[in-house]
Parts: sequence; C-alpha cells; structure tokens
Amino acid sequence: MASGSAHFRLKQWFHRTGWRSTIIATPYVWLLAFFFLPFLIVLVMSLATQADVSPPFAFGAEWPYVTFDNIARLFEDSLYIRAYLISISNAAITTVICLIIGYPMALCLTRVGKTWRNIFLMLVILPFWTSFLLRVYAWIGLMGTNSWFNKGLTFLYNTLVPSGSTLTSIPMMNSNFAVILVMVYCYLPFMVLPLYANLERLDFTLNEASMDLGSRPWRVFLDITLPLSIPGIIAGGLLVFIPASGEFVIPSLVGDASDPMIGRVIGDEFTAARDWPMASTVAVALLILLVLPTMAYTHFDSKAQAAREPNP
Amino acid sequence: MNRRPVFLITCLCFGFAFFYIPILSIIVFSFNKSRLVSVWGGFSTQWYGKLFENDQIIEAAKLSLSIALVSATIATILGTMAGIALARFKRFRGRTLFSGLVTAPLIMPEIITGISSLMLFILMADWIGWPGERGFTTVTIAHITFSMTYVTTIIHARLSSTDISIEEAALDLGSRPWQVLTDITLPVIAPALLSGWLLAFTISIDDVVITNFTTGPGATTLPILIWSKVKLGVTPDINALATMIILIVGVLVVTAGIIMHRAEARRERDIQMAINANT
Amino acid sequence: MHASDLQRPDPLIRIEHLTKQFGDFTAVDNVSIGIEKGELFALLGGSGCGKTTLLRMLAGFETPSAGRIFIDGKDVTNSPPYERPVNMMFQSYALFPHMSVEKNVAYGLKHENMTDAQRRDRVREMLDLVQLTPLAGRKPHQISGGQRQRVALARALAKQPKVLLLDEPLAALDKKLREHTQFEIANIQYKTGITFVVVTHDQEEAMTLASRIAVMDKGIVRQIGSATDVYEYPNSRFVAGFIGSITMFEGVVTESNKTHTLVEAPQTGGIIRARADQRLSPNQKVTIAVRPEKIALSRERPENEANVLSGIVQDLGYFGKDSLYRVKLPSGLVLSVNSVNSRRAGENERIAQWEDQVWLSFDPSSVILLTE
Repeated sequence: MASGSAHFRLKQWFHRTGWRSTIIATPYVWLLAFFFLPFLIVLVMSLATQADVSPPFAFGAEWPYVTFDNIARLFEDSLYIRAYLISISNAAITTVICLIIGYPMALCLTRVGKTWRNIFLMLVILPFWTSFLLRVYAWIGLMGTNSWFNKGLTFLYNTLVPSGSTLTSIPMMNSNFAVILVMVYCYLPFMVLPLYANLERLDFTLNEASMDLGSRPWRVFLDITLPLSIPGIIAGGLLVFIPASGEFVIPSLVGDASDPMIGRVIGDEFTAARDWPMASTVAVALLILLVLPTMAYTHFDSKAQAAREPNP
Repeated sequence: MNRRPVFLITCLCFGFAFFYIPILSIIVFSFNKSRLVSVWGGFSTQWYGKLFENDQIIEAAKLSLSIALVSATIATILGTMAGIALARFKRFRGRTLFSGLVTAPLIMPEIITGISSLMLFILMADWIGWPGERGFTTVTIAHITFSMTYVTTIIHARLSSTDISIEEAALDLGSRPWQVLTDITLPVIAPALLSGWLLAFTISIDDVVITNFTTGPGATTLPILIWSKVKLGVTPDINALATMIILIVGVLVVTAGIIMHRAEARRERDIQMAINANT
Repeated sequence: MHASDLQRPDPLIRIEHLTKQFGDFTAVDNVSIGIEKGELFALLGGSGCGKTTLLRMLAGFETPSAGRIFIDGKDVTNSPPYERPVNMMFQSYALFPHMSVEKNVAYGLKHENMTDAQRRDRVREMLDLVQLTPLAGRKPHQISGGQRQRVALARALAKQPKVLLLDEPLAALDKKLREHTQFEIANIQYKTGITFVVVTHDQEEAMTLASRIAVMDKGIVRQIGSATDVYEYPNSRFVAGFIGSITMFEGVVTESNKTHTLVEAPQTGGIIRARADQRLSPNQKVTIAVRPEKIALSRERPENEANVLSGIVQDLGYFGKDSLYRVKLPSGLVLSVNSVNSRRAGENERIAQWEDQVWLSFDPSSVILLTE
C-alpha cells in the first residue's frame, strides 16, 4: 500500500477522510437542522410570552428578555398537574395491562414449534403494520352505544350482575377507560416483540437444570424465566410507557375532553389557544418529567449491563 | 417433558382474539347496507363504489404514497449513513451529540416533534422566506427526520452483528475503504436496507400527528383525511376504506413474510446439504 | 448379548428395550443396559449416535417411545425430571446466571426436607469438595470455565442423587485442564460413591474415566465392556474402527483349531496366523484387524515371527514420543505402524525413510478376527 507520490497521498487522504466526512456530516447536518434546531426553538419558546402577532409570541424588550410566567402557570393551574398525573397513571396502567396480556403471549411463542411460531409472530406483527388510526377507529365503532360489542357487554352485565337497575348500554367512549383500552390495543405488539426477543434468547437448558434439581414448572418460571426476562420486561415497558405517556391521537379521539392527557393539552394549547409559549412549556415539562428519567435509566442500565457482561 | 403449554396457548388465542375482533368487525360492517355503522342492514358493496368515486380520497392516497416513497428513500440514505457512522467510525468530533440526536426522535413524543417542526417551518419562512407554504415538502422533511432514525437503528444493529473481518479481508486484498463500503458492506446489509426502507415507508404513510402539524391547506394525506372524518364520527365509507387498506397491507406483509421464510428455509437447507456433503 | 446384563441381581439402573423416535428418525433403538451401583459408566459414540438422547431419557427430559427405565427398582419411565433421584451436569453447565455460586449449589436443596443449618452445611461441604469456597459469592460469569464446571458438578451433587448424569463434562475445557479434571471427576466419584453415567464422544476420556463403556452407533449399543475389552477385544468392525486406529483387511479362514486360526489374506499375499480366541469354520469370511502399535518394523527380515510382511514406506509422521509409518504392500494395502522412539535419534538415523523397503511382523495374539 505504501507509495511516496504526492498525488497518491492526496487521493488516499480523500479516500480515507473525505468519504468519511460526507457520511458523517450529511445526516448530522440534517438532524441538527430539522431536529435539534426545532428542539432549541421549543426550549426558547417556553420562556416567551404569547402575543397577538404572527407568529404569536414575543420576548421582553429589555433584560432579562425572557419570562418564567409559563412555568409558574404550570404549577398554578391545576389542569396541567392533573393532566400530567392522568398521563402517568394511564401510561402506567396501559404498561401493566400490556405486560399481563403480552407476557404469556411472548412466552407461548417461544414454546411452540418453528412453523407455528412463524405464523403466530406474523399474526402479532400484522396489526402493527395496519394503520394506527384505523386501529383506533375500530374501537370507536366497537365502543359506541349501538355497537354489537357494547350491546353484548351490556347483556353480559345485565345477566351477570343481578342489581335492581338494568343498563341499556355501557358508556365507554370519551373516558379514561376508553383511552387505556385503545392504548393497550395499539401498544401490545411493542410489549410482545421485545419480550419474545428476550425470552427466545434464554437458554432452555437452564429450565431443564432447574427441573432436574427438583423444581416444578411453575417454580421454574418464578426462579429462572421471570428473573432472566427482566431486561425484556423493561425494554417492552419503556416501548409502551414512553409513547403512551405523550399520546395525542388516542386521547383526542376517544378521551374525556374535560380531563385530558398531557399530549392533548399540548395540542390544544398550540392549535386551539394559539399559545405557543405555553404549549412549549408543557412540552418541556413533559420531556423533563417523563422522557429524561427513562432515557437516563436506559443509559445507566445499559452501562450496568455492559459492566455485568463477562470479559471476552 | 414435551407437554403442550395449554395455559399459554389459551392466553395466545385470547390475545389474537383481542387483536383481530375489532379489525374483523370493520371488515364485516364495510359490507353493511345500512348507513348506521353498527346495525346490520343486509349485505352491500355500495360503500366501495362510493369510495372509488370519491376524488378526495384518491387524491389523498396519491399524496400519501408519493410522500412515503420520497421520504422513505431519503430516510434510508441518510439513516444508513448515520448507521455506518455510528457502527464503523468509532471516533469523530461530536459523536456523543450525534448518537443522542439519532436516538432522541425515537422517544420524543410525536406531538412535541410535530409542534417543534411547525414552529421551525413558520420561523424559517419568517427569517429566510423558505418554505413559502407548507405542504408536500415540509411534510416530507418532517417524515424523513422522524423515520431516518429508525433506519439508523436497524442498520446499526445489523452492522454491529456483522463480522467486521470480511471488511478487513477486502482491505487486505487491496480495496479502498469506500470501495469496501460499496462492494462489501452495502451488499451484506442489503436486507437491513430493505427492512429499513419498508419501516420508513410505513411510518410515513401511517403518520397523523407530525403530518397534522407540518402540512398546509392544499396537502391532505390519507391519514389526515381519515383523522378529520373520524373526528366527526364513524361512517360506513371509512369502514370500506379501512378494509381496503387492511387487505392491501395484510397481503403485502404476508407475502413478504412467506418470501422471507422461504428464503431462510432454502438457506438452511443449503447449509444442511453442505454439511452433509462434507461428512 | 445384553441378556447377561439383565440377569445380574438388580442393577441400580435398568434400561429395558428403550427406543426413542423423533418423527421418522430413530435416535435410540431398542437399548438394554444394566448399570451397577457405584459404577462410572460411559456412553461413547459419535455425534448423532443417540447417547445424549439416552441420557436425557434417564434425566426425564425426553419421554421414551417404547421401553422402560428402572432406577433403584422403581419404574421412572414417565416420571418428570423433578421427581427422579437423578441429577445432571449439563454440557453447557447451565449455571443460573442471576445467582451466585453459592445460590446455584443451594438451589436444588430448596425442595429438600432439611433445616436451614443443614442446608448451609451441605452447600459448604459441596463447595469444599470442589474447592470453590473462596468464590461462593461470585456470579457464574465472574469465574473461569474450569471453575464453572466445578460449580455445575457441586450443584448436581448437592442433592446426593442416586445417579449423576454428566453430558460431555470435559468438552468445554482446554486440553491441559481436561486431563486434570478427568482425574478430579474420577476422584469425586470414588469419594461420594455415587453412580456416574458419562456421555462423551472422546474415547480417551471414556477409557480413562469409566469402569465400563457402552459404544453406541446409530441408536444401537454395539458393545459394552471395560476399556480393555473394547480396545483389545472389539466385537465388530465398527467398534474396532471407532476406538483407536487400526488397519483392517479381508480374509478367508483356512484352518481353525484349539491352538490357532489360519486366515488366507490375498492382500498380504499369504496366510495370517491368529490365536484361537473363537472357533471359526473353514471358508468363513472374516476381517483381520491389527493395531499399529502391535506391529514391529525392521530393516532386516525378522526371524521366528509368525506373521511377516514386506512393503515400502509411503508416509512417515514424527510425533515425538513415537512415529507413525504408513507401509504399502505390493497389493496396494497400506498398514499403519506405530513405533516408539525409545532412543534419541536424528532425522537421518531413523529405522526407515520414505521409499525404504521394510519388514513388518506381528504376533498371532495381536491379530483380531472380526465376523460382524
């Protein structure tokens, strides 16, 4: 490879550094311009004031130019705190239900033969590829007071619960129940797939070893499978919890307008109230409260994971 | 010890019922004669006919498709570049910020990405006069930004699990680094490129929130159209539209799955034959 | 031939006509073995011979398609693994990665009816036995491969099973460590008196460890016997060829009586004289087998030897303690000859070089005649 010619060196410099720089710089510049810059705008916007101009914001004319009024409003107006709490609780409940439904499904996928496994996997992934909006839409139809689903549930309720009053229908739409139900429906594959990936990697001989040492199947699950699948549970949990906590479409379509989740609050502030600064403040608070802790957790967890790995 | 996991299979069946009953319900009621979406009034395909007469829907579908095609292609190029940078260039200035920028869009709530992109476009129009109006271009840019990081994740994972020694072998045999990239690296990760492109395409064609904020008056994508209709209530023509979309996507996904499964089966058989030939 | 095994007074493990099929494939085919209490028994065979399937049926991980397994007189054919007085040391060790060494060893005792103090004592005793007491608090990934192997052994022994099954116990260790561990396993078996059943593909391992060896092929047990039995007195071409190296060629019996057997072997151009180990009938076709170390090699024609052949050195390999010569006879038959390098000699001082004409001789007692 060694050559003394200056031309060759120049060419080699290009081959070694020029193409590298292109590969790094192109996506870097794109992300700086269209992701990082907007993010900075949100940060700065959260310190501005709403104004009756276009675009609808203004900064103070003199030092310190910025205002912290929006942040104060965040704590003064109970709407915001309540929206955060509802978001966290809805997302948490969704995550737990997804785990309860998804764990046996993922475990079952690892326990069936190869052909069935492929078919079942396909069936888990298929709804994930069909339109998100249509999946929400499907439940709007089912939860409506005249639908066969609602009527069926009402009938079941009336026959199984022998109370004095019979219901004509069950009010499901526009409630937190509806939000959680649809979020579970939409996010379940995000729980099943990482769990399956984790469970599939587990060494089945560990289960055999446990059985060999006297444990019955249920005990084997508690002693071996469950503790070893915790990374999968965390991965699936984050994949459900993070988007669920900032969800906008589902609460907007099936949620209770008087008791909104935080994503809907951001959207409403931005569009309906045309209050960019407040929308930004709420957004920043959402990031600080929900997204940053989970990010930090995954970061440190992956570091700890790396430290736990045996040295090669 | 090969007892069938009865309990688990029951759970799986309930899970699938949960997954598919709402979808089946849409499909069944798309053939409903009645205007009332939830009451059966006899079989009819009239809503499909109405669908094809509806220019608005056709136009929206065309727009969605073209945005998805363009944004998926550019997102795949940019995302692959970023994936190669992260997996193969261990040291460069600003790597920490770069890897942060690549992961952040994945966990950023869509609503925040949406409003921040909209603010960027409005402010840019204010400062530098571009973009003049929001529509195809702004939506495409937002979709690229959002979906390229998914591509990066896929490419990065694939490159990390690919044996780097084949690239070193090519270098050893006299290839220039960039030739190694085009001759060795890209062909090896071709399946990942394809799945990255498909994911980016799906994300784009399915997106509501970001599109809702970055689009302008003239440009209504299919999800936005459905979004505005759904907000007003459930109508039978959406059932028909949904059925069409579900069937198209279902057929595509199942076909792709079968093709991939066959290819894998053939690969395994070849490996097995090679092993048998050696013994 | 297994009938004699079955008739011994109640062996600890009695395997009767055991068969296991996976679809069309018969992994274990009508196997019957009796294993005595306190034995170190080896199942030896190549990959896919069914030895691991047999072991897994003993452990309870596979259900036999036919046949029965008795352990200590009790029919355990359909018992689940957790109800058998049998423990297994897995090839991969299968240590629980989320538990410390101590917890791993203690795991099986959870289900035993014993006090905490007894449990602690047993764990300590086991850790002492495998010399791992100082590492009790470590996780499996924090110890070396050899140490992991010992944890697996201690964990399986902690429950004091009637039978310990070892699946390729030494396969994951490097060569030096393997030799050391072989003796350690034999030693622990001696100390504890537990019956060991070892599955291995390594004939040396089987021969040094085991009191008896079952040689398996295609799901069938070909021969059961001590290391000497299977090496010096193989009962079939398969066993002769599988254990150690050997040269085999065809012949026809011309004479068989109380003192000797004569076999005409066209490839050697003459008659091979063998000891009369079994009565063979004249004109019977047999395979003649001779182990390389039983053949003497010389430059001069040896005197007073029963079997003498002559050929040309085709190949020569020097291994330090011995050398391997491949000698080609005029018929084209190639015999392998091992010659111990009992004195120091330079390359030019060897008994023979490439292309040299040499004489080979071997005693009638060294000739193995095989009819199967």
